[in-house]
Amino acid sequence: MNLHLKVWRQKNSKAQGSLVSYEARNIPEDCSFLEMLDLVNEDLLAKGEEPIAFDHDCREGICGMCSLTINGIPHGPSETTTCQLYMRKFKDGETIYIEPFRAGAFPLLRDLAVNRSALDRIQQAGGFISAHVGSAPDGNAILVPKTEADHAMEAAACIGCGACVAACPNASAMLFVGAKVTHLGSLPQGQPERNRRVLAMVRRMDHEGFGNCSNYLECEAVCPAEIPATAIGQLNRDYAKALTLESL
Amino acid sequence: MNLLFKFWSSSIGKKWLVALTGLALLGFVAAHLIGNLQMFAGAAKINAYAEFLHANEKPLWVARIGLIGAFLLHIAATLSLVRANRAARPESYALNRRVQSTFANRTMALSGLTVLAFVVFHLLHYTFRTTDPRFKTIAEGGLLETSFDVYHMVLLGFQNPLISGFYILSVGLLALHLSHGISSVVQTFGLKSKKSGLWIPKAGGVISLAIFAGYASIPAAILLGLLK
Repeated sequence: MNLHLKVWRQKNSKAQGSLVSYEARNIPEDCSFLEMLDLVNEDLLAKGEEPIAFDHDCREGICGMCSLTINGIPHGPSETTTCQLYMRKFKDGETIYIEPFRAGAFPLLRDLAVNRSALDRIQQAGGFISAHVGSAPDGNAILVPKTEADHAMEAAACIGCGACVAACPNASAMLFVGAKVTHLGSLPQGQPERNRRVLAMVRRMDHEGFGNCSNYLECEAVCPAEIPATAIGQLNRDYAKALTLESL
Repeated sequence: MNLLFKFWSSSIGKKWLVALTGLALLGFVAAHLIGNLQMFAGAAKINAYAEFLHANEKPLWVARIGLIGAFLLHIAATLSLVRANRAARPESYALNRRVQSTFANRTMALSGLTVLAFVVFHLLHYTFRTTDPRFKTIAEGGLLETSFDVYHMVLLGFQNPLISGFYILSVGLLALHLSHGISSVVQTFGLKSKKSGLWIPKAGGVISLAIFAGYASIPAAILLGLLK
């Protein structure tokens, strides 16, 4: 299939970027979106031009490294990540806009690659449990009811790709933070640091310059891990409780 | 005070302030509607209600001050959040698609600010009575029997189709604002579950529609000549 691409090209964080048109010719329907970009890059290299920079790693939909806002939707028209999006989802001759994940907190590095370390810093601020390391604990030492384990697992599916931030008109990271807070706050191991965690993570989130949730729920719609917006509800509740307890 | 300051200083805290004040304002909107609907019970009934409210000056002022505080805090916190939201996305997309946000959702600031402009006019119109010389007692050269003759004041006011039109448009925008606001409050309080998430937005829509129908019925009835 042949496609018209409009790709955001930008030399570095300080340079002025723009959309550049490329023709992608003879693309197999069964190749992934990233493989299509690989083919375009091979052509560019053969012509002596700079290849398009984009983020990718496992290409199995589990690492959270790939990004791209495709035709205005983070990860494009797939229910999963960009690496798991196949070209058969597009029509022959279609024009495809390929832009980076846009947010003030995600500074652009080059072309389509952005720096999403802000999410890592939020995680480092409190998205963990402090436990003694050593030999693995006995499997049933701490009993967790199945419903709570499922609830935690659903939130733990977050791969931290940042699509929620890219989709949100306010560039809010509350679905990401909500997922981490819900995941750890739903398990017994997460209880001792529950209040401290939510306060530290939200403060870091605010500090990084992410926006605020306006309940558009665009994040939920694009999340490749299908994190529900109820995670933001739990974040709101946990945060208000922790902040009130801290003030008293 | 420390608690209020702490809530004000954070993103989620500010959202709580918007939700709490929004809920208080919704309470006023509902109470005001019940009061207004007494227009249909006749002049004696609603005028007696106006007299009753003014006979209790102290509790009335407590409610008014609380209401003004909630109103100002609601607007100030929202404007502060909107400013942060704009700053969080300095560069926009060339092509932008929305997947599941609603029209009411995307126009919250616009509907809210129009309602604000309406409230200013509405207060000048019926509370301070500065826009219409007829809203004075007969002794003062107006057309009202007593200063509590709310019935005839509203009747005279809404006989002007421009004023009625602006009123109906404004309560329409208020209903649009509330249709998203009600389910947003539930979400901000963290009370929306996957199951209730399915019916809460619908319930918000039904409540908003009822509020719109209630408020719009008064100028509509006056324009149609049903209230005389």
